Amino acid sequence: MRALLTVFGKEFRENLRDRRTLWSALLFGPLFGPLLFSLMVSKILDQNVAQADKPVKVAIGGEDHAPNLVEFLKAHGVEARPGPVAEADAAALVRAGKAQAVLVIPAQFGARFAAGEPAPVQLVADSTDAESRKTTERLRALLSGYGAGIVQARLQVRGVDPRLAMAVAVDDVDVATPAGRAVLVIGMMTYFVLFAMLMGGLYLAIDTTAGERERGSLEALLALPVPRAALVGGKIFATAAYMSLSLAISLAGFVTAFRFVHLDRLGMTANLSPFTALEFFAICLPFAPLGAALMALVASFAKSYREGQTYLSGVLLVPTLPIAFASIYALKAHRPLMLIPSLSQHLLMTRVLRGEPLEALDVLVSAASTLALAALLVGLTVRAWRRERMLG
Amino acid sequence: MIEVESLSKRFGAIQAVREVAFTARDGEITGLLGPNGAGKSSTLRMVYGVLAPDAGRVRIDGMEVHGETAAARARIGVLPHATGLYGNLTARENVAYYGALHGLPAARVRARTETLARTLEFQDVLDRRTKGFSQGQRIKVALARALVHDPQNLVLDEPTNGLDVMAVRTLRELLRALRAEGRCILFSSHVMQEVAALCDRVVIIGAGRVLAAGTPEAVRAERGAANLEEAFLDVLQAGGRDGGTSVGEE
Repeated sequence: MRALLTVFGKEFRENLRDRRTLWSALLFGPLFGPLLFSLMVSKILDQNVAQADKPVKVAIGGEDHAPNLVEFLKAHGVEARPGPVAEADAAALVRAGKAQAVLVIPAQFGARFAAGEPAPVQLVADSTDAESRKTTERLRALLSGYGAGIVQARLQVRGVDPRLAMAVAVDDVDVATPAGRAVLVIGMMTYFVLFAMLMGGLYLAIDTTAGERERGSLEALLALPVPRAALVGGKIFATAAYMSLSLAISLAGFVTAFRFVHLDRLGMTANLSPFTALEFFAICLPFAPLGAALMALVASFAKSYREGQTYLSGVLLVPTLPIAFASIYALKAHRPLMLIPSLSQHLLMTRVLRGEPLEALDVLVSAASTLALAALLVGLTVRAWRRERMLG
Repeated sequence: MIEVESLSKRFGAIQAVREVAFTARDGEITGLLGPNGAGKSSTLRMVYGVLAPDAGRVRIDGMEVHGETAAARARIGVLPHATGLYGNLTARENVAYYGALHGLPAARVRARTETLARTLEFQDVLDRRTKGFSQGQRIKVALARALVHDPQNLVLDEPTNGLDVMAVRTLRELLRALRAEGRCILFSSHVMQEVAALCDRVVIIGAGRVLAAGTPEAVRAERGAANLEEAFLDVLQAGGRDGGTSVGEE
């Protein structure tokens, strides 16, 4: 045990002195998630909010032919400017990109309208242009709203129940709860947390195994009267310690990010208070020895530092698999799933974010199964270190 | 004292070591001499216990290396072929790490490190990180690391590789001083002059076999050669021809 702590202390301190490694382990790794996360969410927010608030800019030809319609459009956020009356001119304007859409109101509009016949308007737009398409969609909705209003008034004037004109009434019922909608974003976040942990221990896992061999310091170490289990244990312990640090930094980053990103404006409630962050820390902590043992085991088979990096870049993806699987099959937190490391952490964190209560037994099963797998991997790493081929 | 009895080791199709036997005595410097690839490193690796022999055994001060591993290993200091240090640790910390792993109290490690740094002449860089050290400085620190627990036996694999004249001289003086203290020193080399200048006893190895052993003078006389170098070449050629003979250790 003393030897294990000696190895731990040395590896911890040595890594602390490697500024480049530290930068990646404790800054880039943990803060990459919160940063990317808030950038993405703000971008989505900007787009949605901007879309709703932005006035629809339309050129209208023959405004005088339907003053009431034009008034209605202006009242509903359409920014109108005079446009050409001829269809060919309107088409040229759109093609040249000078207008996203042109509404042409022909001269006969007034007469047809007064006669109760369908009054024609022309909507000239480019359907291959996304912006133009959005403009016409909103314009079309406004036009049919205006039309429906007129129809209703006409029917009422004639003593007909306007409901007769509606054979089918579609009522949209959206069952997504605000928090439910946040699930996709949350899935991303929990992965970032696990990713940050692995990044925090990545370099140490390589440096203390493949790196030790490449540096030529391994053989003298193996010749010491120290059990291999103590060597491996100390190295994995140090790696797990950095992973826990990285986890803490990452969660602090997310707490900060959540303060600036207004998820509620996307109709999502996902509050990450410092207390929730503590719960997350407790949920994820057992993943540290597991990740550390997995990385140490894989890196122990690498012949060089570089080869270790190649192997471990694959390991970084391992925790995504259960999470991706969970989101495809929309898995909920059932107890048997708590047996699967990384998935159980993801599901538990998702629960907390949704504001659902945690069951103590779920948390226990998650921690126990994760730690059991960690112990198995530590054992395998010790075995790998007992092989003669470990000398390289 | 290091006793090696009919040690054999095979790597795949290659029989690296065949029934190697010799004894390195206390108060003597024993040189394992042989061309590259003769099986010197493999033999030494079995002596300090990182390789398990297929057959035969090694005893350190009467203790079996493969079995009573920890007790036997605590009695050897090892300078392997690769003498990598931890670049982000200072020379002092590198030595102290090994002291702690040997289970020594911190105060004793501190005192011992100071002594070794003085003897090996690297006090000036003792508190510097070893990242930029010259090969000579590295070997000195690695040697201090190997000696931190004051071992009775010292095993060195090609210790003079990459050392300049001054460093080689320091090393020789150190080994002689350790011999004078009654310690057992076993080292390997493919450099003739080094062995001739230093060793009380040589073991010549070729193709994994002991081809000749004894005092340098005995080996030379046995072959009727003018000097040790000629005897060495003669032994190797004979070994290549008839598969090796062994001059008994009297």
